[in-house]
Formats: sequence, structure tokens, C-alpha cells
Amino acid sequence: MSGLSIQNVTKQFGTFTAVNDISLSVPDGTFVCLLGPSGCGKTTLMRMIAGLDLPTGGSIALGGSDITKVPTHKRDLGMVFQSLALFPHLTVGENIAYSLRIRGTPKDVQKKRVEELLAMIHLPGFADRSVNKLSGGQRQRVAIARALAISPKLFLLDEPLSALDAKLREAMQVELRQLQQRLGITTIVVTHDQREAMTMADTVVVMNKGEIRQAAAPVDIYRRPADSFVADFIGQTNLLPFEADSARRVTVLGQLIDGLYAPSSGAKGLLSVRPEDVQITAPGNGAISGTITFIRDLGGAIETFVEAGGSQVIAVSSPRSRPEVSVGQGVGIRLDPETSVVLAK
Amino acid sequence: MRREPPQRLSDYGPLLFPAGMLTLFFVVPFATMIAVSFFQRQQGGFYTPAFVFDNYARFLSLFFGKVLGFSLFLAIAVAIACVVIGIPFTYLLSRSRRSLQIVWLVALLSILSLSEVMIGFAWSTLFSRTAGITNLFVWLGLMEQAQALTPSFGAVMTAMTYQAFPYTVLVLYPALVRLDPTLTEAARTLGASPVKAFFTVVVPALRNTILATLIMVFIFALGSYLLPQLLGRPQHWTLSVLITDQAIYQSNMPFAAAMAVFLVMVSLALVGLSLYAGQQRQAK
Amino acid sequence: MTVLRRLFFFAVGLFLALPLIVVAGVSVNQRQTLAFPPQGFSLSWYGQIFTNAEWRNALIASLTLAAASALLALLIALPLAWFLWRRIAPWANIFQLLGVAPFTLPPVITALGLLTFWATTGLYGQPWTAVISHGIFFVTLPLVTLSLGFSAIDRSLVEAAATMGADDRTVFRTVVLPLILPYLVSGYAFAFVLSLNEYIVAYMTVGFTMETLPIKIFNALRYGYTPTMASVTVLFLLVAAVIFGLVARFGDLPKLLGAMAEDK
Repeated sequence: MSGLSIQNVTKQFGTFTAVNDISLSVPDGTFVCLLGPSGCGKTTLMRMIAGLDLPTGGSIALGGSDITKVPTHKRDLGMVFQSLALFPHLTVGENIAYSLRIRGTPKDVQKKRVEELLAMIHLPGFADRSVNKLSGGQRQRVAIARALAISPKLFLLDEPLSALDAKLREAMQVELRQLQQRLGITTIVVTHDQREAMTMADTVVVMNKGEIRQAAAPVDIYRRPADSFVADFIGQTNLLPFEADSARRVTVLGQLIDGLYAPSSGAKGLLSVRPEDVQITAPGNGAISGTITFIRDLGGAIETFVEAGGSQVIAVSSPRSRPEVSVGQGVGIRLDPETSVVLAK
Repeated sequence: MRREPPQRLSDYGPLLFPAGMLTLFFVVPFATMIAVSFFQRQQGGFYTPAFVFDNYARFLSLFFGKVLGFSLFLAIAVAIACVVIGIPFTYLLSRSRRSLQIVWLVALLSILSLSEVMIGFAWSTLFSRTAGITNLFVWLGLMEQAQALTPSFGAVMTAMTYQAFPYTVLVLYPALVRLDPTLTEAARTLGASPVKAFFTVVVPALRNTILATLIMVFIFALGSYLLPQLLGRPQHWTLSVLITDQAIYQSNMPFAAAMAVFLVMVSLALVGLSLYAGQQRQAK
Repeated sequence: MTVLRRLFFFAVGLFLALPLIVVAGVSVNQRQTLAFPPQGFSLSWYGQIFTNAEWRNALIASLTLAAASALLALLIALPLAWFLWRRIAPWANIFQLLGVAPFTLPPVITALGLLTFWATTGLYGQPWTAVISHGIFFVTLPLVTLSLGFSAIDRSLVEAAATMGADDRTVFRTVVLPLILPYLVSGYAFAFVLSLNEYIVAYMTVGFTMETLPIKIFNALRYGYTPTMASVTVLFLLVAAVIFGLVARFGDLPKLLGAMAEDK
């Protein structure tokens, strides 16, 4: 089997389990984001893929061959570190040519490749500059070019954009994704920024406490979260407790929702409803009744906070479909069974 | 790179030369010295292997007691003098411009590395009758006639303070540079004058550093072997001078070794104490 | 406050400079007298260091000893510091302790230990024993600067090199060595200057067969006065100031001396 295959990998530091029995396969040419809060084990997993840490158990294979114990320098990787790790004693060109130089590539070939890569990252003519004199975005690009110099089998990036300001980060996300698609290189990015993951990845792997909670395409992760952690971590959501009756019909905040069914009768759990899927209407007529507690007008979107049955429900609407309501007013809430996700407890 | 315990025997390779050298030329000589301290002295500068406590028994004499007492007194006096001048100086230095700091550091390092022989010579010149400071006093009309200020306790004390001062500053420097400047600023906003802020905030915050520095400088001063000889009278000789004297001029190696072992004990006990003080500081 | 501070700095500076000013003064006396202010002006006592065979030999001996022993100290310190940085081996810290000990204890102790050792092995008086003795005595300096240098290396740089295909040896050659070079140089410089000035260890190990400049001055002091002592003192002070000045110029002296505050 080609691509990267991770099987039952575990990593323990003393008594602390950083990565717990993770299996994941990454087909050739795909872009995977490891996403999770800090301390979820995503960086440890990447370091094991790179060989910078050894798994306590399990195996990792690349292109069909087992690399679990292969030393880092024999893995043909390209990796971008969170700190970027540009060599301060080398110029931009020397940094990019490093992996070629230590492989004994002829000088002229090195030079040509450096020029190619500098053109690719839109920094032509930067070869002789000192890396210490570059801007944050430029350093970022140089680190990417350096990692790609030998056309590695696997491209790893550990929180690569975290040092950049918000605007530049968004631009770089797009650029990085376009670059990956052009080169068709298997890429894994570690990030804690869900927007970043959604922008770039073919597959988003959501991790928490050393385990994979869900691995799926970004839209699926958003639309059909596997559990309440994923639903809550990806974007904004309303997590509302529900109860199912003998016919598996679901009651939320004291109101039976037509057309929504629980997996088994008598089940209790949480319902995940995205704020943009919450509709605010007139009270009664089968709607959940509640009271407006706060309205936040963000210009591009309006968030309405509704207190209903002891829970807080947030609804987001665009300025054009702004509900004509005010704080303290009694309103009705409608949930769409199509977009509401039933999560077992 | 994984930082991990050595896997194969060859991983220990780099350690071979340093470990060998340090063992052969530091541990073994040290052990030799300890062994010799129990040897029997032969007339004419030789000694024969034995296991006697005679050399240590000599510590019980009044003469040795006086030397030891004076050594400790001198080292304490020097340590206190250095720390008392050194703390405000280093504090002000650490708050100065970087370029000024560097000039001072270079100067202090140069003086610190200056041979004890040369420091002794320089002070004996400054304290001499013909080229000394008293000529300046005569010229200023403060004195009738130039005179020699050596040998004297004051000369020994001054020169040793001179020698230990750069060391004191360099020991204090890291702690004072890292001292949070907002501490004194906070004290100032609460109404303390700069001098008052120094004594009520800086000094208490550095209590353990000061203690550790006192001990370090004390050991440093304990090691001075030439200045008491060059600038003092025989009653100003210290343990270090006595060791040198016994080893070289009296050719009594076993006794010199016994005194050296004793000096190690004193120093080690004090190093331990300063490490302990350092830990207390960390714990805070 | 600034006036008070200037005054204090000036007083300390004067205390530190006064003996050196007098020494510099007597070093330019016309005749062989110990007089200050100097009577006449002559640089001939500086010439003496190089023209007088005895002083010249002592200078050469000192320089050779300092150059060789500082190199030895570096050769001991570098692999040790590298090992301690590269590997997890807590027991190896004992060698770090051994490396720092000679410099922390009163020098008389190390000197006497080496004296008994060389005497026992029958090698006493051989000039090369002084090189080893100083190499061990001053190993602390490069050990401290190198440990500092290694700890300053961002480990992700080494990891980055490994991901790009560099093995341990290549990493050392292409990344580690260039990054610790300033610390290597300053460690050597510190050991060199201190060895140049060291008296007691040299005296106890080779004092009767070889004269270094400090030994020469001490011997000369006992037999009377010659202004060459003064000129050598001034020369050594200048050498130290130039070397430490260079270390400050090309390295970060405050950081080397333990001040980690970057913003200063």
C-alpha cells in the first residue's frame, strides 16, 4: 500500500500517554490536517512520523515499507518547524540548498534548484540574503522551500503559520494549499486553528487527549460531527440536551421536533445545532419558546442569544434576514431536523 | 535528533578522552595528595609510604591555630569588603548602558586574569616609599615625608580586596542583571527614594545571592598565596602560603598535603553551603 | 543620583586603576629606579622583554604554555560538553563537576595535587607536564562557555537538519560547530589569558626547570627590582584587554558572563 500508514501507534512519556493507539492512513497526494487543542498529542504524532520521537508501540509505514525505527535522516522528509528552524549561520540560498549539499549534489545543480524554489515561493534573487533580515512571511516561505528542496515523499508542517499575523496567515493558507495541489505531495499539517484546517485539508483529523475523535473531509466534520467534542471544537455550535421517547422521537427543551429521530428509544444525549441553522420565529405553533437575552451585531452577521428551557441558544443571521426582535422579548425557536445532529451521550 | 541515553558502546566514544584526562590528571593527583598526607616525612625532602596521622596531629599546635584563625579572618574581611562595595557597584552597572557595561566587564576580566604576582608587584610599588602613593600625599601637603606602607596588614587587605573585587562583581552580575527592574520602579512609585529602594527592595530580594557570593569570595580569598607573602609580615601568612612554603621551601610534602586536604574540606563544606543557599534561592 | 553614581563609579575605577597607573609610570623610567612620577621617559624596558634573552625565553615559554594548554583544555571540554548536551546520561555530570572543581577550589590544592602526582610518577619538571597541568586547571573555562553555547542552540535546528537527511556527524559539522564557534573561541581566549598569568600551578610543577613570565617576575622580585617587571605587567594587561575586547566585539560578553536578559 502506498501513502502513509499509521497503525496502533502509542507514545508514553513516563506515566503520561501522549498518543493512545492511533491508526490513520494517508493516501498519496492528500493534504491532512491534525487538528486539536494544545496537548492533544498532534505534535507528538507528527514527531513520530518524522522519527524525532520513537513510538512506545505500533508501527508507521511509508510507501509500503516500515519506517518505525528508521532514523530521521534516512526518511526523505521535508519538515517545517513551528519555530521555522532556519539556520542563522547560513544565507537564504544555503538554507534552501542544505539537504542537497549534504547529499553531495553538484554546486551548479544546487544553484539551479535554489533558483527554482525561490521563484516558486515568489522570492527570486533572495539567495544571498541573511535569513535574519527577512520578514515573518518571507522566513515562512524560505522554510517551506527548504523542506521541499529534495522533493520529499512526505511534507510535514508543525504549526507552520502560528507566528504570522492573522491576515498574512490566511493568505499563506491559500498559498500553501495551492502549492500542495500543484506538486501533488502528501502533506500533513499540525494546527490548532480550525479555520486553517478547513481551508487547506482534504482530510481533517480532530484529536483530543491522545486519540482521534474524527477523521473526515472538512465539510463532513462541520456538518456531521462524530461527537460533542468535535461539534464544539469545529466552529460554533449549540449543544442542547435531548430525550427520545419509545418511538425514538426527539424532544429538545420541552418541544418535540418533528422528523428528528434518535438512534435508539429512550436515549438521552446532545443535539448539535449550528447557530446559522437556528431560526427565530414568533412564539407558539410548535416552536421552542424562549426569551432574547442579548443581541450582538457584528456588522457582517447578527448573533441573537436566546434563553430557553434553562439553556442558551445562539442564532446567527445575516443582516438581510435580521429578525425584528429586541432584548427581553419572548420568541420561538425552530430547529431543522435536516441540519441538527444527534450525538449519543 | 532525539536526545536519548547512549544506545551503543560507541556512543560513549566522545566521553573517553575527557573522562580519561580528568580522571588521570585530576582525580588521581588528588588521591595521591590525600595518600601523601598520611605518609611519613624523611629528612631531605623525601617521604615514605605509611599510614600515620602525624601530619594532621600538627594541626593541634598553637602556631597552626593562629595561621588558620588569621586565614579565616582575612578571607572573611576581604569577602565582606568586596560584597559591600560590589553589590551597589554591580547593581548600578547592570542598570547602565550596554556599551558601558561591556567596557567595565572587559576591564574587570583583564584585572581578574592579571597574575597574582603582578598584582602583588603593582601594590608593592604603589605602597613603596620611592614610587608610592605617599609621594602624592606629600605633594598635596598631607604628609611630611614619603614612607613605605608595606609590609602591613592594611596592604595585604587592600591588595586582596583589589584581587577579589572583579571576581565578586562577575559572580553578582548575572543575578543582578536578571533582577526585575520593575521591583525598584514599584518601590519608587510607592514613595521610596532610589537609595531607600535599593536597601528595602534590592538587597532583601538578593539575600541568598549575597550569602552565596560571600562564600564564593571567601573561598577565592582563601586561595590567595602570594599577596600575604609579598605585602605582609610573617604573621600575616595564610594557610595557602603555609602550604606553598611547606611544599616548596621546607620540602615537607606530607604536612603540606595534610593542610591542603584540610583546606579542601573547608572549601567543600563552604561550596556545599553556597549551593544550598543557591537552591534556597531557586526554591523561592 | 547620576552625580552620586558617577562619583561611585569613578572611585571604584580609581581604586582599580591606581596600581596599574603607577606600574605603567615606573615602566617608562629612564634609569633602573623605582620612581613615580617617572624620571625621564624610555620604552627600553618594553624592548627588554624581547631583547633580553632571559625575559624573551620566559615570554616564549609563557606563550607556548598558554597556547598549548588552552588547546588541551578545549579538547577536553568540547567532547564532554557535546556529550552532556547530546545524550541523557545523568551520571556523566560527575565529569562536569570534575571539570569545574579545579577552578573552584583554592589553586594551591590543584597545584599541590599535581606536584605530588608528577613527583610520584617521576615526571616532575618535564615542560609538557605544565601543559597538562594547566589544561586540567583551566578546563573549567571552555567547559562553562561551551555548555552555555550548547544550551543556546535551538534543538529544532538540529531536528530540522535531521529531517533534511543529516546524520549525527553531519549535523555536528554543518550546524552545531558553526553555532558554537563563538563560544569555542571565547573559551579558548579565557583559558589562554589565564594560563598566561597563572603562577602557582606552573611554579609547583615546573618552577625549577622552566621560567614562565609570572615565575620570572616572582623570582626577580626576590632579587631586587627591574622596571622590566613593570613593562611585562603592562604588556600582559594590554594583551588581556585586547583579547577580552575582541571576545566582546565578536561575541556577546554580557551573555557569556551569565546575563541572559536579551533586551539589555
